[in-house]
Amino acid sequence: MISETAKKQIGETVSRYPEDQKRSALLPVLHIVQYENNGHLTEALMTEVAEILEISPLQVYEVVTFYTMYNRNPVGKYHIQVCRTLPCALMGAEKLVSYLEEKLGIGCGETTPDRLFTLTEVECLASCGTAPMMQINEDYYENLNKNKVDKILEELRQKAK
Amino acid sequence: MELILFKNMSSPGYTPKISSYLEAGGYQALEKTLKEIQPDQLIEMVKKSGLRGRGGAGFPTGTKWSFIPKTPNLIKYLCCNADEGEPGTFKDRQLMEKDPHQLIEGMIISCYAIGAHTAYIYIRGELVHATRVLEKAISEAKAKGFLGKNILNSGFDIEIYVHRGAGAYICGEETALLESLEGKRGKPRFKPPFPANYGLYGKPTVINNVETLSNIPHIVTHGGEWYAGIGVGKSTGTRLFSLSGHVKKPGNYEVPLGETFRHLIFDLGGGMLNDKKLKAIIPGGASAMVFTEEHLDVKLDFEAVAAAGSMLGSGAVTVMDEETCMVWATLNLMHFFAHESCGKCTPCREGAPWLYKIVHRIEHGEGKMEDLGLLADLCGNIAGKTVCAFGEAEVAPILGTIKYFRNEYEYHIREKKCPIHRSERLATIGFPG
Ligand SMILES: Cc1cc2nc3c(=O)[nH]c(=O)nc-3n(C[C@H](O)[C@H](O)[C@H](O)COP(=O)(O)O)c2cc1C
Ligand code: SF4
Ligand code: FES
Repeated sequence: MISETAKKQIGETVSRYPEDQKRSALLPVLHIVQYENNGHLTEALMTEVAEILEISPLQVYEVVTFYTMYNRNPVGKYHIQVCRTLPCALMGAEKLVSYLEEKLGIGCGETTPDRLFTLTEVECLASCGTAPMMQINEDYYENLNKNKVDKILEELRQKAK
Repeated sequence: MELILFKNMSSPGYTPKISSYLEAGGYQALEKTLKEIQPDQLIEMVKKSGLRGRGGAGFPTGTKWSFIPKTPNLIKYLCCNADEGEPGTFKDRQLMEKDPHQLIEGMIISCYAIGAHTAYIYIRGELVHATRVLEKAISEAKAKGFLGKNILNSGFDIEIYVHRGAGAYICGEETALLESLEGKRGKPRFKPPFPANYGLYGKPTVINNVETLSNIPHIVTHGGEWYAGIGVGKSTGTRLFSLSGHVKKPGNYEVPLGETFRHLIFDLGGGMLNDKKLKAIIPGGASAMVFTEEHLDVKLDFEAVAAAGSMLGSGAVTVMDEETCMVWATLNLMHFFAHESCGKCTPCREGAPWLYKIVHRIEHGEGKMEDLGLLADLCGNIAGKTVCAFGEAEVAPILGTIKYFRNEYEYHIREKKCPIHRSERLATIGFPG
């Protein structure tokens, strides 16, 4: 269920587009809904979004499946997205990924059993001058090395307690 | 060299707040525009400046604006392309995070020029921080009367909204951007009709890159001739180059067009990381054909780079040292293109994964000599045969590396292995440090 607070935000978002173009708000609205639902979308939520924007559930579904930022499966509390594209790869992104896999004990696309971390590889995040880098939820972590990664993971574990 | 776009943010204590921007003389270009300049004169001024789009194609901005019908009462839109997805490019993010009002002022003036009262900033979804900075800046500008109804008592109304994308490279293509903004899958439209006639919601629309629009206040302040006096030939003004890869000082550099790659990489970028030898340069983002050491003295201008067989594209310059395997580098980029194809047209949807698979088997020592011919053949059946320019982009890494590094492909095939042992190689660079 979409909360009343989120619905207010959705109302404000919809008002940014012409009255007969409510559908335009779809991407931002899905962000709001996904954020509130701990980082993923369910079919029920998608149907609710469709009702709010007066479009068919199919129109929501086809958009959700097109864009990589919408998750249809639950993700961990911290979603670690490592950039794998060439400029980062030149600076050791492959090794960063294997280091994270080793530290977290999971492979890419997986979530730790305590549901704290999900690890994925993504394409260029417009941060190539500070490679290698990763995004965790909304924040960028740049110029990474082993020590920094250790510290970041430790801080997040503490924060989650 | 006097900086233009990075001038404000390089002065000590400068913040993204409107107070900083006003102190630096911000929004005076807007006041001047509303008081003294007619929309037509503004378009002429931008034409005179020679400013060309910084998003990739380098189309003259004033000319693009002049295609918008002059019909009064017709709804028109401006869209700022802040999707910044071309691998290696990270300049627009800096412009938005560090000097958002420069962009907003540029957008307001541009709207006035084309007669638009609503503008959207289509920003890539991952840039949450930049989104917040922009939202804040918009509300500041509104509070000061630069946005909203009857701005500065001019009778001109304008609203700017930020619209977040959701992680699809193709939405940087202008018509895919419009589809996405309409709440659909980001699939490019056939052109014509062009957005100037049939854009957002079917209305005349201008789409310009963040850097392009950020230049506008400066052109208004100093005049078109002034801007045209910087740079060389048809490449006027400065450009932001995003320097990445094996250099000592990667980062964004503002450089007058017409300097050389050598200047950017060795003078500004501090030269090669660990003083290794330079092997390859990607001069304009992943979609540009690779250059080698012999191109170091090519000038950073649209025509010179095109004449040398590549393109200046998005201004992303990625540098690779002698220990980089070019087949591996190509494979990395083909993964990107196979992942990002929108799937609308067959040559691209089917071709990109094929290209990836063939390069993959070569890199892993399972390729055949015939594969090189097959790659060339496939590329020929993709480029120029697709709905959007993504088709040309995806074949560029292959065509470029086969042109200059054919021997590396042949080595992989003949010896059935990659000459560079990746795990050893990785131990010597950046990570884990
Ligand atoms: C596949 C593809 C991706 C693109 N990505 C971007 C992008 O991320 N940012 C951008 O400004 N332009 C991008 N462009 C170029 C836009 O289509 C368009 O030309 C540009 O936004 C126009 O603005 P300008 O004239 O100011 O350069 C892309 C083009 C293609 C074909
Ligand atoms: S060329 Fe590729 S990205 Fe462009 S429309 Fe066709 S399938 Fe989509
Ligand atoms: S390649 Fe990693 S952020 Fe651009």
